[in-house]
Amino acid sequence: MDLAKLKRQSDYEWRIEPHGAMRVPGVIYATEDLIAAMDDKVYQQIVNVAALPGIVKAAYAMPDAHWGYGFPIGGVAAFEPALGGVVSGGGVGFDISCGVRTLHTELTLDQVRGRQEALADVLFYRIPAGLGSTGAIHLSNREMDAMLKGGAHWAVKQGYGRPEDLEHIEERGRMAGAEPSQVSDHAKKRQQDEMGTLGSGNHYLEVQHVVAVYDPEIAAAYRIRLGDIKISIHCGSRGLGHQIGAEYLKRMAVTASSHGIALPDRELACAPIDSELGQHYLGAMRAGINCALANRQILTHLTRGAVGQIFPEARLELLYDVSHNTCKQEFHEVNGETRELYVHRKGATRAYGPGHPSLPEDLQNAGQPVLIGGSMGTASYILAGTRESMALAFGSACHGAGRSMSRREATRHWQGRTIQSELAERGIIIRSPSYRGIAEEAPGAYKDVSAVVEAAERAGLARRVARLEPLIGIKG
Amino acid sequence: MNTPQARWEHFEHQADIGVRGIGCSMAEAFVQAALALTAIITEPETVTPLQAVDIVCEEPDQELLLVDWLNALIYEIATRKMLFGRFEVQLDGPRLQARVWGEPIQTGKHQLTVEIKGATFTALKVGQDDSGVWVAQCVVDV
Repeated sequence: MDLAKLKRQSDYEWRIEPHGAMRVPGVIYATEDLIAAMDDKVYQQIVNVAALPGIVKAAYAMPDAHWGYGFPIGGVAAFEPALGGVVSGGGVGFDISCGVRTLHTELTLDQVRGRQEALADVLFYRIPAGLGSTGAIHLSNREMDAMLKGGAHWAVKQGYGRPEDLEHIEERGRMAGAEPSQVSDHAKKRQQDEMGTLGSGNHYLEVQHVVAVYDPEIAAAYRIRLGDIKISIHCGSRGLGHQIGAEYLKRMAVTASSHGIALPDRELACAPIDSELGQHYLGAMRAGINCALANRQILTHLTRGAVGQIFPEARLELLYDVSHNTCKQEFHEVNGETRELYVHRKGATRAYGPGHPSLPEDLQNAGQPVLIGGSMGTASYILAGTRESMALAFGSACHGAGRSMSRREATRHWQGRTIQSELAERGIIIRSPSYRGIAEEAPGAYKDVSAVVEAAERAGLARRVARLEPLIGIKG
Repeated sequence: MNTPQARWEHFEHQADIGVRGIGCSMAEAFVQAALALTAIITEPETVTPLQAVDIVCEEPDQELLLVDWLNALIYEIATRKMLFGRFEVQLDGPRLQARVWGEPIQTGKHQLTVEIKGATFTALKVGQDDSGVWVAQCVVDV
């Protein structure tokens, strides 16, 4: 992206002055280097989002922003119903509520090193991963609707996990306002065999160890110590979310003009929050969030079973569960007033600061954990939301590294088998049904997550708490 | 039978991948776009056309019809756990009628890469170039 088009506010904050149809400015939180590496299309997408009806304050881009669908990935935008604000399917994305959850294990590095192959094998055997894999759970229509209403609560009630898990999930594990009746039969059919599956692409389960602690006080509140073994699961709402995304995107694109919305790009498809279509989408999208929360809860249960087979003494408790692709009704202070906003986070993580009422009691002083996924060979980070972040970007931060190289280019550069053995030499065991999948997800095809995380911290969006490196990766 | 113009290709997108079908007619371009879709998941030549599935879409906008067609295929792949390697497409105004052939996914036989979430409106284009050749393309989310 051409820096000359931006106004520098600080080393970590850059502004696109309102011009043309823009109703608000664009704000990018990133370093000069990260912005220089961003595609020009990110600029255009921020400008387009800033022109949508009812947008409040600014269209934001996080340090990991890249070219998305209508909205940039790493984009945050809030809309106010009272101003004719909109909800956008593209602003949420196809993989509704794709997210990360991290589990404590109470295991040590020595323990895992001693049984690393066996643990990798049992996880790979018990966690359905990859294209065409099916879960053991097959839901009837009535059960499907109960799952879409209940999210992780439903899963716990079915015996997948423990009630105390729910405290450490956004929305306490159940997104209110879900309307299963607004989810099509096609979407439900697509989900029928996919509960408790990891998926493919950049989704993974990783056994990690903590290699650095940056903020000992917050780390203590999060129960993170140097050398700890943690397990992170990255996946989303599976086929159901993808189908909701595809169906509503089209409905919003076709009806936008009837709502008086001129779309500069069809992918920005949206509907007024107060319209029938807007409300139907919100009901369906919230059901998609519940599907993702239930799915990660079931995967947690499967992970507990797998780890327990090798380490009966392990205690897998939930550190936290974050979602990346959502639109949520939230209350934020704007110009001294508390206002009801619909905050879209597309490839961005909610990052509430200390004292926020929606955080569980044990995280009140530390702020919300922000779980940043890496790629197979690189690090992941745990950050903490800050008080400043609430004013900077409606309490949001980055979500990951983002690709620097397309999938095709990656397969031209690397072979899956070679990547797997190179990582094995570094002590990282990868299990996947697909070598081509491993090549496409080669660590070298991703940007440097450390630079992204550092920029997020310097911009004030979140504080670095700990860095984790992988020991085992299960890839779809 | 394919005409000499018929071919497919992928085009670059940072996070995802673009499919482009090229042919002497819109229907042929749609067939080639479908092959490009399969080629994201696996090598299309490795898919044996054992079972036929019928697909019907209706949409007056040509570009949205392409999205509907690809999304219908994605739905069949996801729910039938099948891959498709042979396609016949007939277009009649806004109506697309297709018969597609394939087989159940076999991890041993098919080198699988990634599942496809949906067809997007990004880089979405259906039309003829100056020489009259049809192109049907969009980015798909993987």
